Amino acid sequence: MAVHDYIRQRFFPHLWCPGCGHGTVLNNLLHAVDELGLDKNDLVVTSGIGCSARISGYVDFHTLHTLHGRALAFATGVKLSRPELTLIVPMGDGDALAIGGNHFIHAARRNIDITAIVMNNKIYGMTGGQFSPLSGPGILATTAPYRTIDNPFDVVELARAAGATFVARSTTYHARETIDLLKKAITHKGFAVVEILSQCPTYYGRKNREGEAAQMIAHYRDNTAPVGSKALAENPGLIPRGIMVEAQRPEYCEAYEAIIARAMQEAGR
Amino acid sequence: MSNKIRFVQGNEACAEGALYAGLSFFAGYPITPSTEIAELLAERLPARGGKFIQMEDEIASMCAIIGASLTGHKVMTATSGPGFSLMQEAIGYACMAEIPCVVVDVQRGGPSTGNPTHVAQGDVNQARWGTHGDHNIIAMTASNHQDVFALTVEAFNLAETYRTPVILLFDETVGHMREKLVIPDPGELALVERLRTSVAKDVDYHPYLPREDGRLPMSDFGGEHRYNVTGLYHDMWGFPSSNPKVVRELLHHLIDKIDNRVHEIVRCKEHFLEGAEYVLVAYGASARSAIHLAKERRGKGERIGVIELQTLWPFPKALIREKCRGAKAVLVVEMNMGQVLAQVRAAVAEPERVFLANRVDGHLITPADIKQVLRVLQGRGV
Repeated sequence: MAVHDYIRQRFFPHLWCPGCGHGTVLNNLLHAVDELGLDKNDLVVTSGIGCSARISGYVDFHTLHTLHGRALAFATGVKLSRPELTLIVPMGDGDALAIGGNHFIHAARRNIDITAIVMNNKIYGMTGGQFSPLSGPGILATTAPYRTIDNPFDVVELARAAGATFVARSTTYHARETIDLLKKAITHKGFAVVEILSQCPTYYGRKNREGEAAQMIAHYRDNTAPVGSKALAENPGLIPRGIMVEAQRPEYCEAYEAIIARAMQEAGR
Repeated sequence: MSNKIRFVQGNEACAEGALYAGLSFFAGYPITPSTEIAELLAERLPARGGKFIQMEDEIASMCAIIGASLTGHKVMTATSGPGFSLMQEAIGYACMAEIPCVVVDVQRGGPSTGNPTHVAQGDVNQARWGTHGDHNIIAMTASNHQDVFALTVEAFNLAETYRTPVILLFDETVGHMREKLVIPDPGELALVERLRTSVAKDVDYHPYLPREDGRLPMSDFGGEHRYNVTGLYHDMWGFPSSNPKVVRELLHHLIDKIDNRVHEIVRCKEHFLEGAEYVLVAYGASARSAIHLAKERRGKGERIGVIELQTLWPFPKALIREKCRGAKAVLVVEMNMGQVLAQVRAAVAEPERVFLANRVDGHLITPADIKQVLRVLQGRGV
C-alpha cells in the first residue's frame, strides 16, 4: 500500500506549521507500518496533548487522543486488556518527560510491549514556545526570556535506567534510518523508545536564531553521528544516533498471562 | 449453585458485586480505606482470566481503565479522597469521550490527607463537580453490604447503558464494617451488556452519532471499525472540532442523556415514611443511624421516617420534593458540612424547614447525635 492508504484524508490538511518536523515523523511512521505489512485493525495509536499528539487523528488506525502526559497510561490499559494489539505512542518532549515523566519511567520499568516515540523539538509548540525539560540550559523561550537554567533529561539514558529494552535515537534529517529504527522498535517485544529530533522553526528556531526548517535539519545532519562511528569517537560532542539499547527481558503482558494460568490452576484445585 | 452466604467487609461486597457484574479489568493504586478492593481483585480477577494492574498513581489508574474499556472490557478502579482528586481530569475525559467505567471512592476525612482511617462523606460535591467544565455524572451510595453489592452491579449497568463514568461513593464505615452478604445466583440480578454497533465492516461508522434514544453503539478497539477518540469537542467521527454547532450539540447531548432519564436512574429506599412528621434524609453509613433512630422512635409512637438516598447524582430532586411535602421538618443526616443539605433545600417547597444533623470529627454519626437535633426541632429541648 502507499502512505496515503494509512491516513484519514478527510481530516487533512494537518495543523502543523510549515517546516515542522512532525510531518516527517508521521511519514516515517507510516512507511515503517507499511514495510512491516501490519494490518490497520491491529494498530492502536495513543497520544497525549501537544503538536505531536495530533498525529493520532491523522492515521487510519484505532486512535486514542488523550490527556496531556497520560498517553502511556491509557496505552497500558489498552495493551494489557488486549495484548495482541500493536501499540504506538507518539509524544512530544514536554508530554512524555515533564507531565508524563512518571508514566514514562513506569512503562519502561514494566517493559510492557509499547513503542514510545518522543518527538523532541525542545519546546512546547502548541502553547506558543515555552521551554521543556529537554530544552537544556541557555535557551530562549517565552517562559525563559533571560535564557533557561534548567538541565535537560537525556531521553536515552533515562529510558535505559528505567528499564526500556529497546532505545534508539534519530532525527528528521535521517528519514531512512528513522523508518528502520521504528520498524525494529515496533517488532521489538517489550518497551521500546525512539527519540526523534524534530525541528520547530516557528517557536524554537526563530527565537534561538537557528534559522528556517532547512537549516535546522542541516544542523541535525552536521551535529549527529551513528553509534560506534569514527566520527563520534573523534568528536564526543556530537549527538549519537542509532540503537543504544536492545535487550531481551520478560514482557509485562506475557508475564501476566503466566499469572492468569497459575491463578486459574489454583482456583481449579 | 445456591446462594452463598458470606461474612465480609463492605469493600469485599463491592469487589464481589463488580465480579458478578462482569468486571474483567481493574487498575488501581493503594490507598486507605479502599485498598481491600484492589487486594481482593488482584487475587480473583486472574483466576477468571481477567486483568489486575497496580499503576504508578491514581491518574494512571483512571487512564488505564479507560483504555481497557475501549477494547470492550468492563472496568473499575477504587480509591479514596486524595486519589479521587487525582483522577478528576481523566473522569472528565471519560465523560467527554463517553467511556463506560466505574470509579469507587471509599470516603475518608478531607481535605488533603485529612483523616485517612476515619469516616466522612465530604466527597459528595467532588463526585458531581470534581472535574472541570459542564458535564453530567451518576453517583451512587449504599448503607449495607447487600446494597453495596447490588448498587455496584447497578453502577456497571448504568455505565454501559449511558456510556458514562459512574461513581460509587462509599465511606470508611461501610467499607470496613463486616456483615452478612448473600451473593445472588447468576441471573438473579440483571446485567447490562455493552451495546455494540451493527454497522458492517467497511461501512462508514459514526462512533459519536447518538441514536434517537441518546445511546451510542460502540465498536471495540481492535475490531473492524477504526475511529478516533478524543477529549476535545468532536464530530460524529470523533474528530476534533471547534465548530460552534458541534460544540453546543455535544455538550447538550452529554447533559441530556442523563437529565432526560433521571427517573430511570435514581434509586432510593423509604423507611417508616408513612405519615411521617419528621423526615430524615440520609445515605451511606449515616443512613444506618438514621434508620436505627426512626425504628426506635416509631416503637415509641413518634412519626419519624427516613428517605435513604442511593443515587446522589443526578440528585433526585422531584422525589425529595414529593416525599418531604407533608413533613413538619426535614433533617438531613450526613458526615460533612451540609453538601446534601444544600440539595435538599433547593429541592423542597419550604427550604426553611430543612435542617442538618451532621458529624465531622471522624466518628460515625450515632442515633443519639441525630436525636439531639431532632429533639430541638420537636420543641422538646435537648
